[in-house]
Amino acid sequence: MARMETTVSDRPFSEGPIRASVAGAGPVWTIGAILTATFIALPVLAVVWIALFPSENIWGHLAATVLPGYIATTLMIMIGVGIGVAVIGTGTAWLVAMCRFPGQKLFAWLLILPMAMPAYVVAYTYTDLLEYAGPVQTALRAAFGWGNSRDYWFPTIRSDGGAITVLSLVLYPYVYLLARAAFLEQSVCALEVSRTLGRTPMEGFVSVALPLARPAIVVGVMLALMETLNDFGTVDYFAVRTLTAGVFDVWFSMGNPGGAAQIALVLLGFVILVIWLERLSRRRQRFHGTTTRHKSSPGFRLGGWRAGLAMICCAVPITLGFVVPAVVLVIYATRRLAVVGLGDQSTAAYLSHSGNSVLLASSAAAVTLVIGVFLAYAQRLRPTALVRGTVRWTNVGYALPGVAIAIGVLLPIGAFDNALDAFMRRSFGISTGLLISGSIGALMIAYVVRFLAVSLGAAESGLGKVTPNVDMAARTLGQGPLATLLRVHLPLIRGSVLTGAVLVFVDTMKELPATLILRPFNFDTLATFVYQYASDELLEECSLAALTIVVAGIVPVILLNNMVSANRDKDRPSAG
Amino acid sequence: MSETGLRRRWLRALLGSWLVATLLGTAVALAALISGAAASDVGSNEVNVYSLRQSFLVKPLFDAFTKETGIKVNVVFAKKGLVQRLKSEGANSPADLLFTAEVGRLQDAYDAGVTQAVSSSVLRAAIPTTYRHPEGHWYGMTTRVRILYVSKERVKPGEIGRYEDLATPKWRGRICTRSGKNSYNLALIASMIAHHGKVEAEKWLAGMKANLARRPQGNDRAQVKAIQAGECDVAIGNHYYYGKMLAKEDQRAWAESVYLVFPNQADRGTHVNISGVALTKSAPNKANAIQLIEFLAGPGQTLYAEQNYEYPVKPGVPWLPQVKKWGVFKADDLNISALAELRAAAARMVDRVGFDS
Repeated sequence: MARMETTVSDRPFSEGPIRASVAGAGPVWTIGAILTATFIALPVLAVVWIALFPSENIWGHLAATVLPGYIATTLMIMIGVGIGVAVIGTGTAWLVAMCRFPGQKLFAWLLILPMAMPAYVVAYTYTDLLEYAGPVQTALRAAFGWGNSRDYWFPTIRSDGGAITVLSLVLYPYVYLLARAAFLEQSVCALEVSRTLGRTPMEGFVSVALPLARPAIVVGVMLALMETLNDFGTVDYFAVRTLTAGVFDVWFSMGNPGGAAQIALVLLGFVILVIWLERLSRRRQRFHGTTTRHKSSPGFRLGGWRAGLAMICCAVPITLGFVVPAVVLVIYATRRLAVVGLGDQSTAAYLSHSGNSVLLASSAAAVTLVIGVFLAYAQRLRPTALVRGTVRWTNVGYALPGVAIAIGVLLPIGAFDNALDAFMRRSFGISTGLLISGSIGALMIAYVVRFLAVSLGAAESGLGKVTPNVDMAARTLGQGPLATLLRVHLPLIRGSVLTGAVLVFVDTMKELPATLILRPFNFDTLATFVYQYASDELLEECSLAALTIVVAGIVPVILLNNMVSANRDKDRPSAG
Repeated sequence: MSETGLRRRWLRALLGSWLVATLLGTAVALAALISGAAASDVGSNEVNVYSLRQSFLVKPLFDAFTKETGIKVNVVFAKKGLVQRLKSEGANSPADLLFTAEVGRLQDAYDAGVTQAVSSSVLRAAIPTTYRHPEGHWYGMTTRVRILYVSKERVKPGEIGRYEDLATPKWRGRICTRSGKNSYNLALIASMIAHHGKVEAEKWLAGMKANLARRPQGNDRAQVKAIQAGECDVAIGNHYYYGKMLAKEDQRAWAESVYLVFPNQADRGTHVNISGVALTKSAPNKANAIQLIEFLAGPGQTLYAEQNYEYPVKPGVPWLPQVKKWGVFKADDLNISALAELRAAAARMVDRVGFDS
């Protein structure tokens, strides 16, 4: 995470004082942390197990046929999206953080809006707009008198390039948020020095501000790449053959969970590579402010054509990533409402889908929040290699695609339920049936495994900013570790922790593959409903539901933005 | 008041209302779930369905069944993964029936050992042997055929008439289809293997790959759309999409740009697949489940077929007039079980020729 180590509280804490302060805290925290982490790691281990001991091994076949293609496509998409989000995110962040131009404050938060858009919804809307029968090409044909697609060239949206564009448009806010916070946090002194040494503002940006913000940008790109690796909806719709698409293909089309888990492991290798690269870039350099006086930049005042250009640069990603898809959805939804009206069955169904989505998302947010805080705090109390290692391991779930987690959750839970049932029947003659399988509990486990990294990262970054002196003071005053957490730390880190919970909420609303596979009877969420219709080329029928996911995502996104700018809390939880 | 104070208040109000909305939503959903759970506790007057077939296609059938018998039908719909879920839930799975849109998934379930045989004289009388499992582990409910959609504008009638033609150089750059791994395509490739053997079938598949106008993508409907757009001249697709496109105002033009060819009429007949149902091994509501299958194979046949412009599996049940208008055809009488068994080989063949890449 981006750290300008300008204050004492930012110092990574040494083991000495903390150790001393918690002597006597008991092994409860260590054991609790390890148990929790193990439980959460189980699905991941299950995937590894299935990959290593498949019932029918098709690794040779995969490696000889499709795997190289999956890897090449995945790499290409990652490079494309990486460049896309870095350029859009950093460029816009620099403009709104360091320059002054009309509308700049408004742009500052509008730029986050695309984050509320699930990538698959953007993919559906753009396909509708840009395909042959869509309004854009129809208008072009009418204007130029072309007959059909053989008379002219038009980029196909369902392509690798289309996927890169769509993913870049919805994922750049990760980079934008972190880079903007980093720019805001830079003391203007550094830039002033560069100016006095004869640099132009642009040169100052390139040679001073950019290197200083680099750690933040790298984290943002890393998060965007993890989301890219996870994406199923977009690549499925665009027929882009990535590793995630491959997992689906091998598991469901070839009916081979072993092969699917093997591809999932390759995918995991990519994730580890991304995390490792981020760590590497962080390790090699240290950034220290030599002054404790923070002076924020007055900003470069832009006028004339420069201001116009800045406005265009900010407006384009907002328009493409949010306004256009949102307008399409609104038009479809109104058209749909005009046809079916409010009174019929579909309204009741819509309300129940919304209720289910909110129920799942808020429960997942609450559960991950509690576990995340617990693990982060246990790690603070007992920063031993063992605890740190196990806690770090739980982050791996964030990197696994939803579908791989579904494999990993489905099998152990089924085994557990059936073993328990068999035991109870044998011993007491009663059947417990399936306790967790096919219940909301199974979904909840999948969400926790998938999103714990988000809330854990938030809790870690929050606690990291609280100086160990606070712990010592609280303990000196006779508070136990738990009381210290509840009465001292929680109020202090409320902002970060809530941010993490809000992000989990939005992510869960959008989550698709695991929800599809694990959900109970007669249970649909907005996301599963949208997928069902949109994948059958019936976008209009589900436009209202898609719009609701977006709206539900906007409020938390606004809150997030304000927390980031208010707290200068530059940490989007790291999954590393 | 200072600007930040105002801002903070506004934020607090926003956060507050968001929290209230969230809590309300949670409460409503919980209440619905609890009442749902209570209702399902009432007893065995229900049947639980895992459906790989889209819920808006099966829902009307279940409603009709409930109306007639009072038995409630609970459904989980997912396009993928339900067989895996059945397998992991094992002996305690709540599911009674598995509905699929294609024989391969029924076979997957059978192979996974999660189905049980149904012995019913009603079903044996209604469903021809070609369209059911030899021991009764699954039953076809409707048939659908995989046909060619051909451009009216650019292809003269009679120019293409067999699946084998799809691989001839004449059609280079003129053919569209969805992913080779799609289960409908896998079944078609499996039928080619059954008729021509692996070596010839692979040559055919590679030849067709070379003829593709674009990378396989979208569903069957999207291929017809591509013909209208001029991207290709011939598409492979299930026949019922024709009816679905004609019924939708904004898709009618796609359907009107093509005519249908039922392939291989002069020899073995057009490739047929089924939508069908299997009884799970664990079925807690077995009697109700069998009652539902029998309903669908009997009085429900017309309704079932009508939902999706398919052909009733029971001989003698009248077809929809418009479906009849598309043509009476000779069907390939290859046993459906044989198709299911060759599917894995077909999938590997798709990988080997790089069909989707």
